[in-house]
Amino acid sequence: MTPLLSVRNVSMFFGGLAALHDVSFSVAKGEILGLIGPNGAGKTTLFNVINGFYRPSRGNVFFKDQRISHLRPNKICGLGVARTFQVVKPLQRMTVLDNVIASAFLRSRTKAEAVRTATEVLDFTGLLADKDMLSRGLPLGKRKRLEIARALATAPELILLDESFAGLNPSELNESIQIIKGIKNRGITIMIIEHHMKVIMAISDRIVVLNYGERIAEGAPSEIRADPLVITAYLGVDENA
Amino acid sequence: MGQMKRYLPLAILGLLAILPLVGLSTYALHILIMVIMWSIVGMAWNLLGGYCGQVSFGHAAFFGVGAYTAGIIYAKGGASAWWGMPLSIVFVSVFAMVIGFICLRLRGPFFALATLAIGVILRVTAENLTSLTEGDLGIMIRERTWIEKTWYFYVVLTLAAITFYLVKRVIESRLGYYFVAIREDQDAAESLGINTTLYKTVALCLSAVFTGLAGAFYTNYMGYIDPKVVFALHDISIVTIMVVMIGGVATFWGPVIGSVIMVLLAEVIRSIPRLGAAHHTFFGILLIVIIIFLPNGIMGDMPKLKRMMRIGKPV
Ligand SMILES: Nc1ncnc2c1ncn2[C@@H]1O[C@H](COP(=O)(O)OP(=O)(O)OP(=O)(O)O)[C@@H](O)[C@H]1O
Ligand SMILES: [Mg+2]
Repeated sequence: MTPLLSVRNVSMFFGGLAALHDVSFSVAKGEILGLIGPNGAGKTTLFNVINGFYRPSRGNVFFKDQRISHLRPNKICGLGVARTFQVVKPLQRMTVLDNVIASAFLRSRTKAEAVRTATEVLDFTGLLADKDMLSRGLPLGKRKRLEIARALATAPELILLDESFAGLNPSELNESIQIIKGIKNRGITIMIIEHHMKVIMAISDRIVVLNYGERIAEGAPSEIRADPLVITAYLGVDENA
Repeated sequence: MGQMKRYLPLAILGLLAILPLVGLSTYALHILIMVIMWSIVGMAWNLLGGYCGQVSFGHAAFFGVGAYTAGIIYAKGGASAWWGMPLSIVFVSVFAMVIGFICLRLRGPFFALATLAIGVILRVTAENLTSLTEGDLGIMIRERTWIEKTWYFYVVLTLAAITFYLVKRVIESRLGYYFVAIREDQDAAESLGINTTLYKTVALCLSAVFTGLAGAFYTNYMGYIDPKVVFALHDISIVTIMVVMIGGVATFWGPVIGSVIMVLLAEVIRSIPRLGAAHHTFFGILLIVIIIFLPNGIMGDMPKLKRMMRIGKPV
């Protein structure tokens, strides 16, 4: 079976800096792929390449066998790849509901249909009670969830989650983990960047590890936990985090 | 309350429509026509600058192209200048698409600067393209359609009603959501599947077309245009921005309220002998005051205004 997404020999240079260097891996339909690595390892850059914000300096990205690495972000989203932002980007002076309606329009012919999708997604992400709030008034935890809600409203096949758990308190964390599991149950494939080791080990089917822009390991959580390269690069310093 | 709000535009339209019947002076009718014409330009600018967040300092370009479409069709084509209204839709939208292609890849202040330049370039072009525009001599419409102002009033009122209705429809539809999303965060909008280049161009074209229609009306109504008037940076481009800022950016009624205030204010200032010449200075100061105290305009800062009114009153 061909993978849903495949990243092939992707490099991304910023001036002299190789934020990504010859990275290859693929994501199978239906799985949760964890992407980990120390700060500055190139994780967000990789999302920006997949999502079309950056055109890779070298290499290609394929989604369902179609090359997407030359397309604009809006096209890539249209094909079924949605993302969230590590530094949240709410549409500040729009209500929570309007934020999600704006993205639900992608697959809706009428406004009524967009409103229906948006309401359903807000209910799923536990934001329905806040729907009439201006999104700039939301606390961080809910803004992170609004990112997820907006991405879901575009009815993606693959969703890229960039540190959706960072800065959450334990109860919010639990809620978000339930949401991720719910997304998987809907048949949506997930790629997730996360620093929280316990969480990522628990929810990922497979994990890819980046370090200084290079893919240093790939495998099941148990394999990653035992990988000496990973331990020195990442887990070693972060064991108790 | 909700019902009342729904019928408010119709009520105001009806009220305005019967106004000439009660016998207004020619001067009062002229002021009213100017207010309504500026509302149209303000509503048009609001669509692009207020909702879509692409602030233009060069709307005189579209006003002028509309005005000159009417002027040239009359002076060179030998047809009625009224043909300028439908024709301006074609010319202005093509022109706006070209401008969009050049300027809309720029963001924020860079876009604003580019539109500023376009406005100036057009004025200079109109001044020098004498074979088409008669240059500084301007174009005079010799046969006026109506002596009375009443019919001009009804024409501009109809145009304003259509503009108001269409802007409202657009803003409440998919387009409106996309415009505001682009204003709030272009990268986020792009990643939500919104083709930002396309929708910014749509906003620009719609905005330009309504502005151009007002320009074409202006030619017919005033009977005379020259480049310094219809491509004016201060008296058109800047005044347009002030109309919207004073009334309320990204509100339906803001441009209407703003144009009432701006037109009346301009009349008052011009009538004061010494101050008249310095009206640009005065407008500049006014703009600064507005930005500081009512950054969201009268409609946008309504709650704040109401609070200010209540201060000093016994509770
Ligand atoms: N637009 C850019 N221009 C220049 N350098 C960039 C750009 N984007 C990222 N970088 C650099 O690329 C490297 C990788 O950054 P990236 O944001 O992808 O890291 P990350 O793995 O997401 O880190 P974190 O865990 O802190 O979010 C960093 O050194 C960063 O400074
Ligand atoms: Mg990052």
